Amino acid sequence: MRYSTSISRRCLMAAAGLAMGLAAVLPARAQDTIKVGILHSLSGTMAISETTLKDVMLMLIEEQNKKGGLLGKKLEAVVVDPASNWPLFAEKARELITKEKVAAVFGCWTSVSRKSVLPVFKELNNILFYPVQYEGEESERNVFYTGAAPNQQAIPAVDYLAKEEKVQRWVLAGTDYVYPRTTNKILEAYLKSKGVKQEDIMINYTPFGHSDWQTIVADIKKFGSAGKKTAVVSTINGDANVPFYKELGNQGISAKDIPVVAFSVGEEELAGIDTKPLLGHLAAWNYFESIKTPANAEFIAKWKAFTKNPKRVTNDPMEAHVIGFAMWVKAVEKVKSTDPDKVIDALPGIEAPNLTGGISKMLPNHHITKPVFIGEVRGDGQFDVVWKTEGLVPGDAWSKELDGSKDLVGDWVTHKCGNWNTKTNKCGS
Amino acid sequence: MLSCERIIALVFALGLLIAGALSASAQNFDAALAGFTKDSYNDTDSAIGAVAASGNPLALDVIQALQDGRLLFSGDKVFIKDKAGATLDAATGKPAAAPADAANVRLNNRLRRSVEAALGGLTLMSNDPARRYEAAQAVFKSRDANALATLDAALARETDTRVKRALSEARAAVILYQPGAAENDKIAAIGSIKERADQDARGLLAGLPGGQSATVQKAAADAIASIDNRLALWNMVQNAWYGLSLGSVLLLAAIGLAITFGVMGVINMAHGEMVMLGAYVTFVVQEIIRARNPALFDYSLFIAVPLAFLFAGSVGILIERSVIRFLYGRPLETLLATWGISLILQQAVRTIFGPTNKEVGNPSWMSGAFELGGITVTYNRMWIIVFTLAVFAALLGLLRYTRLGLEMRAVTQNRQMAASMGIRTARIDALTFGLGSGIAGIAGVALSQIDNVSPNLGQGYIIDSFLVVVFGGVGNLWGTLVAALTLGVANKFLEPFAGAVLGKIAILVFIILFIQKRPRGLFALKGRAVEA
Repeated sequence: MRYSTSISRRCLMAAAGLAMGLAAVLPARAQDTIKVGILHSLSGTMAISETTLKDVMLMLIEEQNKKGGLLGKKLEAVVVDPASNWPLFAEKARELITKEKVAAVFGCWTSVSRKSVLPVFKELNNILFYPVQYEGEESERNVFYTGAAPNQQAIPAVDYLAKEEKVQRWVLAGTDYVYPRTTNKILEAYLKSKGVKQEDIMINYTPFGHSDWQTIVADIKKFGSAGKKTAVVSTINGDANVPFYKELGNQGISAKDIPVVAFSVGEEELAGIDTKPLLGHLAAWNYFESIKTPANAEFIAKWKAFTKNPKRVTNDPMEAHVIGFAMWVKAVEKVKSTDPDKVIDALPGIEAPNLTGGISKMLPNHHITKPVFIGEVRGDGQFDVVWKTEGLVPGDAWSKELDGSKDLVGDWVTHKCGNWNTKTNKCGS
Repeated sequence: MLSCERIIALVFALGLLIAGALSASAQNFDAALAGFTKDSYNDTDSAIGAVAASGNPLALDVIQALQDGRLLFSGDKVFIKDKAGATLDAATGKPAAAPADAANVRLNNRLRRSVEAALGGLTLMSNDPARRYEAAQAVFKSRDANALATLDAALARETDTRVKRALSEARAAVILYQPGAAENDKIAAIGSIKERADQDARGLLAGLPGGQSATVQKAAADAIASIDNRLALWNMVQNAWYGLSLGSVLLLAAIGLAITFGVMGVINMAHGEMVMLGAYVTFVVQEIIRARNPALFDYSLFIAVPLAFLFAGSVGILIERSVIRFLYGRPLETLLATWGISLILQQAVRTIFGPTNKEVGNPSWMSGAFELGGITVTYNRMWIIVFTLAVFAALLGLLRYTRLGLEMRAVTQNRQMAASMGIRTARIDALTFGLGSGIAGIAGVALSQIDNVSPNLGQGYIIDSFLVVVFGGVGNLWGTLVAALTLGVANKFLEPFAGAVLGKIAILVFIILFIQKRPRGLFALKGRAVEA
């Protein structure tokens, strides 16, 4: 009896000790870090743009950890490489959420990769921050769009050209995929609503990676010789841009005659090319590296130190990640949890400073408010801001210019619906 | 005595007058310069006009500096940085050190147009005919009515016929856009512009402001119709030229494949990567030249061509020796193995050089364009055509007239027979593959001038290259030439109607149908080699 009691007591104590030890160790393992997924291509065609975004996320997470982490825990970045392969994006997203149990994912560049991961995020109920300007016409509960919607980039750019450059004839040139096609559809409707005639609009699509621009540039030149000021609105995708601008320069079309305003050409894209032929051509973004604000100067310095490369440039989608990450951190701190449902509900209304001196706000449609800048290409591959909007522009998930979407709004706060029809007051178009 | 006093007084008065005029001009000039220090586009714009109108001898330097981005300001002072890097005070033209915070006066497109117009007005009387020509073109575009007097003066003393024509065209443009000009003058002006007959002329006439008299309107409409007729004709020539140019690029990319696939029968999916390696060799050569000896930059391509050939050729031989020679006669496995090699090479380059595009500059002789009748011929495209034909001729010569060429033909026609004649077939296989790869490397040097230099460069050309070789007939270099040029020209004639995307699809469909009819391509090899 005694023995047994003493044994059992010893046993009990040992067991208790073990349990306490385990209790101390196990939860510490599980709760020590909060995992953040980074879903950007590090190989394949999109690596050119997406590698930078992976780097900026690593920098932001490192910085947050230096400040003491989040909710008293360290953040841990989980980087996967979807290799510019759209189905692989979905697989990797699933891996991040189910295997790595990340609290949120920052990732994707092309619209098709976003569409590919969307079912995964809905099914497994996680959060995606999408940092790139896109064609709009979407508002999903699990996605937060920190890049520009068409009304935050394309439409102000067209307004600028019409007002400041007195452009009357428009070439809408793009690569043949969903973003340029939708953007051009919106722009065409918008221009027509402003009284531009059909014959003053030329629309042209080219395949990905198009390199022989001779005919198209000659056509643009011809289109521009109708005695009206002509401009090109370019949604040409990354790689095809260099030969396009080279051909413009070689055929003697300068920005003084026919300016080109591009939506996919930023500092990063210009870093690899000779910018002489591009001088004076325009780009519309919500951020430029050349904008002088204390926040931006600090960010650029940190970025150059982090990458240990004084030549590395910053660009618009990077700023989108900066804002998105800051908003997520604030939302998590507000609800004191990384539970996706709570964070999703907390995010609308959260404000975070952007790098150009304003305060961006997450809207109920999961898009954010952003300033719009028009920049002219300088000789050193940077942009001179020649125009900007008064204040910040709220992003429209659904374009007001298209028949199918002008009555729709995304509202995840009051209606809990991504496509609320304001005419019929019903969810769903 | 009296007359002497009078003369002195007169000289004095004159002197005073001149001094007064000078100081007034100096004041205007100084006041105008102050506009550059406001860092506002509107102020800069009015400053450009005022400086140009001041008549100050420094005006030209100031505006030229502004155009070149050499005009600085700090506080209320404006400085010119001359080409050697020394700074001058823009108000006096005397050397002056600029403060450290001096910033460039910024320009946008509207201001660049103003600068061009102002320069045009200022350089109409220049001593250099080329500058006068440029000035005339600038006035043609700006149609600045203030330049009319200078134009007339310049026209009166002009001796160079080309410049004279440009000047009278510029004058016609100014008169046409002057609201008060007489109808006769306008009709004459339309006649002069009609003779220019290019797109700028068409734009000028089509953009005439409203409220013209019926005769002027009719003359303008007739002139536009006549220009359109001429341009339509030139359009055909232009399409043919563009087709030739696209064809030459296709040929360049495919010609190496015509050796490895066409002659040896190896389905080499890594062919595009050989092209990419050649482009990266060009990049490395240019980087070294930029760092060591920038004066050599214009010759960088001449240095890059043999290096690219050797490098891509050696990589080719390495691939042949290490992989392909084990897979002869097993096309499917060769296809997969070379596909794998192409991915390895791409990722290797991406790891070494980074995923971003690399800047490969155009030497000065490959930049810009010249007008030939109604078409614009760009130098880079022209030289690539010449280069492609040279490579083609050299390759033909090599196969026909050298011992190596003879052995290559012997081995590909009848391996056993060649071996029993004492030819080391394994060595010839390696050299042939190396030759094909080396030529792909050379193609990369040329393509780096018109395309992005990125790890994906080769992918864009591999499908087109196979198309060309299959269409032309496997094993026939002439077939490759004809096929490349045919596809290029057909593509360019389709593009204006069908668009770039549909045009490409149409060509693909055409080739599929064609191959059904003639499975061996345009120029099929006949004889025993085919059966072997």
